[in-house]
Amino acid sequence: MVLVLVEHADGKAIDPSLQTLTAARSFGEAVHGLLIGSSVDLSAHGVAVAHVAQHASLDSFAPDAWAAIIVQLADRLKARAIFAAGTDRGNEVMARVAARMQLPLATNCTAVATGSPVTLTRQRWGGSLLEESALHSPRPLVTVAPHTVAIALYPAATTVEEFTPQLTEQELAVKVLERVSNKGGGVSLAEAKVVVSGGRGVGSKEGFAIIEDLASLLGGAVGCSRVVTSAGWRPHSDQVGQTGTKVSPELYIACGISGATQHMAGCRGAKRILAINADAEAPIMQNADYAVVGDLKEIVPAISAELRKSRAVHAPLPGPLPEGERG
Amino acid sequence: MVLAADSMSLETRHLGFTISPHEECGVEEAVRLIEASGGESVVLTLGPIEAAEQLRDAMAIGIDRAIHLQTDGGEWDPESTAAAIVDAVGAEESASGPFDLIFFGNESADAGGFQVGLRVARGLGRPAVTGVKKVTVEGTSVRCEQEVDGGRDVYVVPMPAVVTVKEGLNLPRYPSVPGRMRAGRKPVAVSAPARTQARLELERLVVPAGQGRRAELLGSGPSAAPAVVEMMRRIGVA
Ligand SMILES: Cc1cc2nc3c(=O)[nH]c(=O)nc-3n(C[C@H](O)[C@H](O)[C@H](O)COP(=O)(O)OP(=O)(O)OC[C@H]3O[C@@H](n4cnc5c(N)ncnc54)[C@H](O)[C@@H]3O)c2cc1C
Repeated sequence: MVLVLVEHADGKAIDPSLQTLTAARSFGEAVHGLLIGSSVDLSAHGVAVAHVAQHASLDSFAPDAWAAIIVQLADRLKARAIFAAGTDRGNEVMARVAARMQLPLATNCTAVATGSPVTLTRQRWGGSLLEESALHSPRPLVTVAPHTVAIALYPAATTVEEFTPQLTEQELAVKVLERVSNKGGGVSLAEAKVVVSGGRGVGSKEGFAIIEDLASLLGGAVGCSRVVTSAGWRPHSDQVGQTGTKVSPELYIACGISGATQHMAGCRGAKRILAINADAEAPIMQNADYAVVGDLKEIVPAISAELRKSRAVHAPLPGPLPEGERG
Repeated sequence: MVLAADSMSLETRHLGFTISPHEECGVEEAVRLIEASGGESVVLTLGPIEAAEQLRDAMAIGIDRAIHLQTDGGEWDPESTAAAIVDAVGAEESASGPFDLIFFGNESADAGGFQVGLRVARGLGRPAVTGVKKVTVEGTSVRCEQEVDGGRDVYVVPMPAVVTVKEGLNLPRYPSVPGRMRAGRKPVAVSAPARTQARLELERLVVPAGQGRRAELLGSGPSAAPAVVEMMRRIGVA
């Protein structure tokens, strides 16, 4: 059997974990799921047994404790391999498992095939490059890159079993004490339907006024390149890319951004990309769906003006005037 | 991205090298902590002879000295890398006392293994917090804020500790000319650790297919605005 750590939120398994269950089935063995804290329904995803780990100290995330639980359960079940989603938590917990078990770990895999050795493909450079590797290990440890494997439903009769781990004080020393929520201000970059992003071509902090205006007209969020955050024009929370936020809007508008691979790693998930750039040969042109060539300082305000104009024309006609006011 | 002829590495002849963004923030944070509370900071890298330049860059912004674990340039897997760092830190600490904090980048920019810092923490028997975007030393503990969806998770762990950091932790400074001059005189301890056989064995690099979309030109200059708005209406965002 293979064991899969299944992360869940609001009573549902998260999609990257369901994608991981699909990937784990390719090993051709029974799939067991591990849920920490509470149970969720996994019967549509080929899970033979769902193990629910419960412990008084698991009220908040404690990565060493999660790793200890995985090690204890995998040893008891003699799991052949252990999988988790390549989320921040999945990668963190599996790295701690690997360090404890003194085994190699392959993170962010996009394909895995059983065998000896296990052969796999994994992401480098935030997905801009792939690596084909052989994993020589008595117990392969694998995380699956989010949104690279499609969820395939596979109904199964899932039994649910409780698991009570033994946790030491040391394993509970690293634990979330408090969650500070972001101050609600505008549309979140990661979830925006439209992202208007500015790069070096915007020229200055003040230059972002036209980017903000277009973003707010479209109900979208403002993004930027690393050159912009390094210059202090925008906070790092606006940065799109490998070391910034990954976005997946309907439309990504890249204004004065050249299209470096590390930037594209953050916006490759966009349905469509519009590049506005003075250089018709900029690399972004090979990665965009639409392009406008020229000075963004003229083009962006012109688009905003056109949007305002077309809204005035398309705006719903005023209703019939009340009786007394008719001419 | 362009691969070398054997597809085992990137073609770097026309590229420059730099400290990666996460690690750059780790270096900056170390310098700030020492500026604020005194003490000594050390930068360590495992890499080829050319990586000495990045060690100088770190010393130019204020790091006191460097440890260079020199390799022949071939790629090291995360297990061997962590083992070499555990040995080097162990030797250093038995000579000059323990490091209160060891910073790592959360993941390397190239191989992206997400594990070296955690393996070293385990090897040294220290608590570790990952993905940190704010660090505050509070007496003998360190408070770490980790970025999560919709907010930040707060951890407080006793020192000595390992903290893996992400870009955004701070805004790294640029080295000054006097800083560069001073860096030239700061000590670098060089050694050549032995590499063990990689159990995660790289066979080949592949550039993913299907990235090249050829952009449809909507026009040039501000006169393209109507075509842009028309496209926005068509795809349902305007
Ligand atoms: C490990 C690593 C991680 C990185 N992570 C990220 C990341 O997360 N995000 C990120 O963005 N970068 C990242 N980078 C940096 C990346 O490699 C590029 O340096 C950066 O994306 C370039 O930003 P830019 O496109 O704004 O600037 P440039 O590359 O300088 O491009 C500016 C563009 O603006 C155009 N332009 C100039 N003036 C105008 C004008 N008036 N009108 C229209 N167009 C104009 C130019 O033609 C050019 O194409 C990373 C780098 C490394 C090494």
